[in-house]
Amino acid sequence: MGEKIIEVKDVWFKYSEEVTALRGVSLEIEEGELIALIGQNGSGKTTLAKNLNGLLKPTKGDVIVKGMNTKNTPTHIITNIVGYVFQNPAHQIFTKTVYEEVAYGPRNQGLSEDEVKERVRMALEMVGLTGYEETHPYDLNYGQMKLLMIASIIAMQPEVYVLDEPTSGQDHRGRRELIRLIRKLNDEGKTIIVITHDMRFVAETSERTILMANGKVIGDGPTREILSNVDLLKQTAIKPPQIVQLFHGLREYGVEVNALTIQEAFNAFKDILS
Amino acid sequence: MPREPIIIFDHFTYSYPTTPNALVDIDLKIHRGEVLGVIGPNGAGKSTFCKSLNGLVPHFYGGTVKGRVLVDGKDTLEMTPAELSLKVGLVFQEPESQLSGLSLTVEDEVGFGLSMLGFPSELIRERAREALEKVGLKGFEKRSPFELSGGEQQRLAIATVLAMKPEVMVLDEPVALLDPIGKYEVLSTVIELASEGSTIVIAEHEIEEIAYFANRILALNEGRIVSLDDAKKVLAEVEKLKSLGVDPPSVAELSYMLERELGVKIGEYPITLPEALKIYGELVRERWERK
Repeated sequence: MGEKIIEVKDVWFKYSEEVTALRGVSLEIEEGELIALIGQNGSGKTTLAKNLNGLLKPTKGDVIVKGMNTKNTPTHIITNIVGYVFQNPAHQIFTKTVYEEVAYGPRNQGLSEDEVKERVRMALEMVGLTGYEETHPYDLNYGQMKLLMIASIIAMQPEVYVLDEPTSGQDHRGRRELIRLIRKLNDEGKTIIVITHDMRFVAETSERTILMANGKVIGDGPTREILSNVDLLKQTAIKPPQIVQLFHGLREYGVEVNALTIQEAFNAFKDILS
Repeated sequence: MPREPIIIFDHFTYSYPTTPNALVDIDLKIHRGEVLGVIGPNGAGKSTFCKSLNGLVPHFYGGTVKGRVLVDGKDTLEMTPAELSLKVGLVFQEPESQLSGLSLTVEDEVGFGLSMLGFPSELIRERAREALEKVGLKGFEKRSPFELSGGEQQRLAIATVLAMKPEVMVLDEPVALLDPIGKYEVLSTVIELASEGSTIVIAEHEIEEIAYFANRILALNEGRIVSLDDAKKVLAEVEKLKSLGVDPPSVAELSYMLERELGVKIGEYPITLPEALKIYGELVRERWERK
C-alpha cells in the first residue's frame, strides 16, 4: 500500500436546500487500494463518487486529490487523475465507432494522433475488444458496451478508477470478465473504487468495503469484517453473500470461520473434515 | 400441482429479421400453477422465449417461425395482441419500458391497459385497487409513476399486468437493475403471487433467489434447451451450468467441490440456504462427535 491519494474531510453535499446527499463524510484512500462502496440507492454513494473526481464540489468540507483541493483546482486536472465510468452506457457513449469513443479522451488530453492510436490499441486490448474498432457502439451487446466505457477511461490513463455499478445487467460470465479486468488494473497499481449492489462481487474482489446509509459512512474496513457484520448490514437491508450467511448460521454448530467465497468455504470444510 | 398445460411450445424455432435461430426447436409444456425459472447467459434466448409467450415474438418483431406456441389451446399466430394481453402478461427488465409514460397517476397507469381495451371505468377502478394492494402499493394511487423508487416502479409494472388478470405472468429479469431493497420488494411480490397459485415464468440471473420458489428450471443456451427439470435437479448440475457461464447457487457449488475434491458424500445438493444449513450443519456435527 502506498501514498495517500484521496482525502475526504468532513464533506457535506446539498443538491438543494431540501436535499442533503452527504452528511459529514471523512475517509482516506491510499494508492493501489481496491475498494467497494456499497449501500442502497439514495445512500449517497454516487454523490460521494462524483465528489472524488471533482464533477461535484463539496458544499462543506474538502476533497484533496494528490494534494490538490478539488474546490480550487480546474476540474479537468482532477478528472485526468480520477476517471469515472458511468452506470448507464447511454450516459457516456456518444460517438459512431468504438475507435472514436475510446480516442475521444486522450485526444482531449492533447495527445498526438499517433499517441492516441497507441492508447486506443492498448485500452481495447486490455478489455478484450480488439477487432471491434469500426463497430458502432450500440451494435455491441450490453456487456461489451460496459467494457467499452471502461476502455475509454483506460485510454486516459487515470490513476484512480471509479466504476459505478459495473456488474448491473451483466450475466455471470460478464461479471467474471469484469473481475479479471479490475484485478488486472489493480495489479498495475491503479486505485479502484467500485460502487456496487453485487455482494458476491464485493466478496470475491475488494479488500476494503465502505458502507453508506443516509449520506454517512456507517462502516469502513476490511471486506471480511464488513460483510460478516450481519447486524450492521441488516440496518441497511443489505443481504450478505450466501456463503457469508451460511457460515453465520454454522456458528451454532461451533464453526468459527468467516468465509467470504466458495473457495474459502471449501478450505474451511477441508480443515474441519480432516 | 395441477398438470394441465396452459402453454405448449411445439417444436418452436424462431429467427429475428437480423438474428437467425434466436430459439431452436423449443418443445415444452408449461402447466397451470407452476413457476418456471428460465436461466442462461445473455444471448441464450431468455428474452425471446419470454416474448414468444405473449406473441410479441413474432407479431411485433417479425421474422420467421417454425412450429407453434399454443396459449390455452390457441396458436399465438392466430391471436390478436389484445386477446393475448388478457392471457399472458409480460413484465420487462426496465420498468420504464413498461410504463406508458402517459399517465399522471399510479392509479391511471394501472388502468391504462384495460382502458385501451375499452373496459368500463368501474371495473377498471376495482381492478386497479386490487392490483395495487397485491403489490403493496396501496396508498400510492395519486402519486406520479415517475417519482417512485426503482423497486416501486417495478411493482407498479407488475400491477399494470396483474390488472389484466392474465392467466400467465411472465417476468424478464425483473430485478436486474434494482438495488437490494428494490430486489427484495419485487421478489417478495413474485413469491406471494406464486404462493397464491399464479402461473409464473421468470427469467433471472439471480439464481440463488429463484431457487426458493421455482418449481422447474429451463436452462437455455444459444437458443436451445439444455436442461428442463425440477429446480433441485437443474440447479445441482454444477458442472453443466458452469460450462454455460452460469453460476449455480454458491451452496450447491460448494457441495460439488467437497464431493469431487474431498470425496465427501453429500447426496442431494442443497440449493437454498436453509437446506444448506441442515446438510452442512449435520456434516459438522457428525465430525465433532467422531473427534
